Amino acid sequence: MEKTLNHKAWFLVLPVILLVAFSAVIPLMTVVNYSVQDTFGQNKFFWVGLEWFEEMLHSERMWDALGRQLMFSAIILSIQIPLGVFVALNMPKSGFWSSFCLVMMSLPLLIPWNVVGTIWQIFGRVDIGLLGYTLDAMGISYNYTQDTFAAWVTIIIMDVWHWTSLVALLAFAGLKSIPDAFYQAAKIDQASRWAIFRYIELPKMMGVLMIAILLRFMDSFMIYTEPFVVTGGGPGNATTLLSIDLVKMALGQFDLGPAAAFSIMYYLVILIISWVFYTVMTNLEKKGGLSDD
Amino acid sequence: MAKITLDNLAHSYLAKPNSEDDFALKELNHVWADGEAYALLGSSGCGKSTLLNIISGLVHPRQGRILFDDVDVTQASTADRNIAQVFQFPVVYDTMTVRDNLAFPLKNRGASPEYIAKRVQEIGAMIGMEAELNNRARGLTADAKQKISLGRGMVREDVNALLFDEPLTVIDPHMKWELRTQLKSLHHEFGHTMIYVTHDQTEALTFADKVVVMYDGRVVQIGTPQELFERPEHTFVGYFIGSPGMNVIPATIDGSNAQVHGTAMKLAKHYEKLEGKVEIGIRPEFITLTEGEGLPVKVRRIEDVGRHKIVRAELFGNEINVLAPEGQNISFDMNHITFDQSQVNVYVNDWRTEGKVA
Repeated sequence: MEKTLNHKAWFLVLPVILLVAFSAVIPLMTVVNYSVQDTFGQNKFFWVGLEWFEEMLHSERMWDALGRQLMFSAIILSIQIPLGVFVALNMPKSGFWSSFCLVMMSLPLLIPWNVVGTIWQIFGRVDIGLLGYTLDAMGISYNYTQDTFAAWVTIIIMDVWHWTSLVALLAFAGLKSIPDAFYQAAKIDQASRWAIFRYIELPKMMGVLMIAILLRFMDSFMIYTEPFVVTGGGPGNATTLLSIDLVKMALGQFDLGPAAAFSIMYYLVILIISWVFYTVMTNLEKKGGLSDD
Repeated sequence: MAKITLDNLAHSYLAKPNSEDDFALKELNHVWADGEAYALLGSSGCGKSTLLNIISGLVHPRQGRILFDDVDVTQASTADRNIAQVFQFPVVYDTMTVRDNLAFPLKNRGASPEYIAKRVQEIGAMIGMEAELNNRARGLTADAKQKISLGRGMVREDVNALLFDEPLTVIDPHMKWELRTQLKSLHHEFGHTMIYVTHDQTEALTFADKVVVMYDGRVVQIGTPQELFERPEHTFVGYFIGSPGMNVIPATIDGSNAQVHGTAMKLAKHYEKLEGKVEIGIRPEFITLTEGEGLPVKVRRIEDVGRHKIVRAELFGNEINVLAPEGQNISFDMNHITFDQSQVNVYVNDWRTEGKVA
């Protein structure tokens, strides 16, 4: 087939280029712009090169926040993924109760993030919150504003409450796509419940689970609103995750240069981890799923 | 290996079946003799898979009992029945190797590793996949996967019965023939009771000792391929078996005289007074084109299929098929047909009626 060459065709992609430029490229470039300049006020900027990046790379504060962030993501992933799969496996497969469960589980996903934060902030209060008051009455010391451990437990349970449904819904969709014949064949082959999970359900769920892990990783790595509403990053800096720290730096202290350098590195970290993750998972998929034999 | 008895069996998928129409499988009594190979033949949705799943225990019947060698297994689980079943679409455990797939049913039943290794090797040879035994099952073609499914079905030697649910649908024609032959030789060698569901008559007729024809949730005829061909008990069997199927022509019958659209015809047998929808059935093989004798037809089309010619004609506005031998010249004057009277069957409300020899 002969291809017609017509440069006017570029006009057809112009709207998209403009849209992407204004929604992503230009804002990102402003950040890049800040990250390589400094100012002493009066809107006068001068070039500092990569100084901010160097400073940030040697900043203990950033490394600590990154450490807390990685720990947070690791903990919630290691709870939400198995729990979501477990919930999906035990949900009714069809009929009224199946739809009922799906609707109930979607509810937390529909609640605005700051409302989720507020719910848990109040829920956990020792004076008026149901959870905090009850624990206190039972003699368990629980105060998320003063105790690091309690603060961490609170934001982790909150995230698990908020997002496990997403994993469960995705896993459920994966399970639903398995034809009945597989389960029937497994019965005929006298496969144990574990073998059914290991050799039928898990391999068939791998695709959606990969998406679930990626989504939950990226989302948890960027989490801001909910822990901020509950703990404000405290006690001390105990729950100051990366984005909370970033906002403190950019808007609290108005250190635009370091904050810009910080956010670019933050962005690159998410990009790289997601890419590595995706590559590893797709390679596994090609080689035949998780395997030990 | 076992004799399988179906006693008063019926099944409906609805919670409260009201009429007979709600039953996917209508009341059925039948004994599957030990060691015989059966084909369960019928069009899609006639209840043959339901029947198969009831026998294997994947579906529990609404009514009636199933006996394996006189032991009631109606409520027994699939595992307890010790049945092997192969499904229409390949079921393989993707993350396992071909070898592990074949070994899986044996491992689950606690067979010894030496026995498993030996048996898997044999089955691997039987399905022609010895070379691929160590490959992962994922990424194999559909027919390779289905061969693994078949292999997994055959790997246990002590099963009560081997059930096949249209297992060769996804296999290419050459391999189909080969696998069918292997199934047959397997049957001869080990004498398992085998039930083979299919909608392909060639498959049914070549595989089975006995063919069970189902129509609309009911078993309409059980017989050898020859019986099905010569004496179809129901007009559906007539249509369904044979290529093209039996011609069914409305008629009125009085004693041994038949009237077909006003033309009289003498029948070979004598019939009592017949009530209801009366039809005569005659296979295309037993109709001869003539130049003036018999019923008038309009020849529409002649298809030469190699071994013979199929004449598509019209008899008083209804389609009728005639088989003419390959060598026969069909001239324009051949516009009448006669029937081989010994091969005419008479049907009342779709069921065959036996006449008395006149």
